[in-house]
Amino acid sequence: MARTVTIQRKSLNTALAWAVGLLIFFPILWTILTSFKTEAQAIASPPLFLNFDWTLENYAVVQERSNYMRFLWNSVIIAGGSTLLGVIIAVPAAWAMAFVPSKRTKDILLWMLSTKMLPAVGVLYPIYLLFIRLGLLDTRGGLVVVLMLINLPIIVWMLYTYFREIPGEILEAARMDGATLKEEILHILTPMAVPGIASTVLLNFILAWNEAFWTLNLTAVDAAPLTAFIASYSSPEGLFFAKLSAASTMAIAPILILGWFSQKQLVRGLTFGAVK
Amino acid sequence: MYLKNALRAATALTFVATAAAQAETITIATVNNGDMIRMQGYTDNFTNATGIDVEWVTLEENVLRQRVTTDITTKGGQFDIMTIGMYETPIWGANGWLVPLDGLSDEYDVGDLLPAMAGGLSHDGTLYAAPFYGESSMIMYRTDLMEKAGLEMPEAPTWQFIREAAAAMTDRDNDINGICLRGKAGWGEGGAFITVTGNSFGARWFDENWKPQFDQPEWKEALTFFVDMMSESGPAGYATNGFNENLSLFQQGKCGMWIDATVAASFVTNPDDSTVADKVGFALAPNSEGVDKRANWLWAWALAIPAGTQQEDAAKQFIEWATSKDYIELVAENEGWANVPPGARTSLYENDNYKEVPFAKMTLESILMADPQNCCVQPTPYTGVQFVAIPEFAGIATQVSQEFSAVYAGQQTVDEALAKAQAFTAEEMEAAGY
Repeated sequence: MARTVTIQRKSLNTALAWAVGLLIFFPILWTILTSFKTEAQAIASPPLFLNFDWTLENYAVVQERSNYMRFLWNSVIIAGGSTLLGVIIAVPAAWAMAFVPSKRTKDILLWMLSTKMLPAVGVLYPIYLLFIRLGLLDTRGGLVVVLMLINLPIIVWMLYTYFREIPGEILEAARMDGATLKEEILHILTPMAVPGIASTVLLNFILAWNEAFWTLNLTAVDAAPLTAFIASYSSPEGLFFAKLSAASTMAIAPILILGWFSQKQLVRGLTFGAVK
Repeated sequence: MYLKNALRAATALTFVATAAAQAETITIATVNNGDMIRMQGYTDNFTNATGIDVEWVTLEENVLRQRVTTDITTKGGQFDIMTIGMYETPIWGANGWLVPLDGLSDEYDVGDLLPAMAGGLSHDGTLYAAPFYGESSMIMYRTDLMEKAGLEMPEAPTWQFIREAAAAMTDRDNDINGICLRGKAGWGEGGAFITVTGNSFGARWFDENWKPQFDQPEWKEALTFFVDMMSESGPAGYATNGFNENLSLFQQGKCGMWIDATVAASFVTNPDDSTVADKVGFALAPNSEGVDKRANWLWAWALAIPAGTQQEDAAKQFIEWATSKDYIELVAENEGWANVPPGARTSLYENDNYKEVPFAKMTLESILMADPQNCCVQPTPYTGVQFVAIPEFAGIATQVSQEFSAVYAGQQTVDEALAKAQAFTAEEMEAAGY
């Protein structure tokens, strides 16, 4: 009897999980489906789910109108560069906070996080003026720095959480064996924290990839990433939903595939330390 | 020998100069509207003729506004040409942020620009942006449903007739709404529509002393009429409907009437996208009985050159090309007269081919009827029909339109919304020093 209840409960939980998963994924699925419709089919009422004439025309139009590869390359450089730079800065910071905490460590962590609470538009003008002065407008380097700074609090927080799970005695033993600080961080701490660092890198890469305020406001032509590519298909006067969906699908496809392949690491990293 | 060397040097210099000229590139910020996208497709014609390359930055309207405003106020120099509207042009021109468009060539024929458009894009008589396309608003209606309702649309109807016709055309069982109008918050969306509706009931935003007028009976009458009519005959959830939502409804045959931008006429009569393409009639936007102003606005998407650009001459060349008579001919030749950018040039409406386009006459009449210098029945201190050409307006009107949208959604009463609009506007205007 108990076994039957368990199986029933398991089945129910599985069904519920699938339902929630599908609900969350549905907007993406709908975008992908719409990208294969004509503009008229895209706005049809009642909406057409699968029973429409599938077409690749929207993808052809988008390819013809926009230089997709240039946008993609910019996204890769900006998201990859900002994540890498962020991790290089955050690892020593998180090490200090995790293994050599001071009275103010928690305050510093909270202060770092509080910078995320300021609406981005509040500092648009100062940053824009700085970019003009430094010649960084519409450059990938400028965006790498800005996105790194925006995501740095999250990177530090995540790494700090992972590092706290590593016994300090191991690092102490390394120190007693004569390891320098650099060797301790690079050869002892980092290899042990690889799952945590990997999930931090993945999450921040995704955040940087999807960032759409600074990437739209600080770029024009040369450094414009895929967020600008999508924005160029949004229209207030005209129904171009099918083309917009095709552009969106092309923009999210790389990150969706990356997320799909690394989902185990992502889940493992995000739930690391959640259950003790 | 000396001559040979001189010739070589001259040849080398010519090559360098040619290469420099060929390498000239201008960057244009624009919106993703149909006419703009079409223009991008013809850019090669311009490049082949002038050797000037063109880079496009296409953005959604609100993002574009924020982007170009940030750039021009900080002298960022990211763009050589900006696509801006009638609201920004006179303000930016007055601030010295735009290059005056004087010295345009004789072939360009600046006198051919529709006076309403040229006037709205000028400050103190100086043109600061060239209209790429212009629009007013008008009624688009289903001729078959009107006939079925036993009514005939006058060329210049009143709101009272429109309400009666909307009720008669409404068929809830078949999902047909008598009328579809904008209710979406935003100064350029529902805010624009309710402002011209107010104009057509004798209302105005400010009196001669810049005192807000939402506490006057004309606003109450206009807003109450709008809400009652939409409750009777409008689509469910109209509080969130803007241009695109109504276009979608109309194209699917779910609206008896739609009052909106004249550029929509080419969409609803296009058989590729519209299921009612052959059943659409046009009429002037309505007025309330006895009021001498109609609910039609005036807008232009125009090309302007930000002050400080390093490519002023090349930018001027592009603007001359894109807003010329020749460009209109080019589009007509390749895509038909119904697809040329409308509402910018007088000569277009004198063209016999264009006269055959079903919505051409009504578009021109609507444009000519809107007067930005004299928007309202009562005197006003401002210019603009569906907007007030002061920098504070966008922020104030967005907030006011949110209050009105809350009425459409049934979250507050007309009186509450008008009281809030009055208080908020008065406070903002006082803070701005008016």
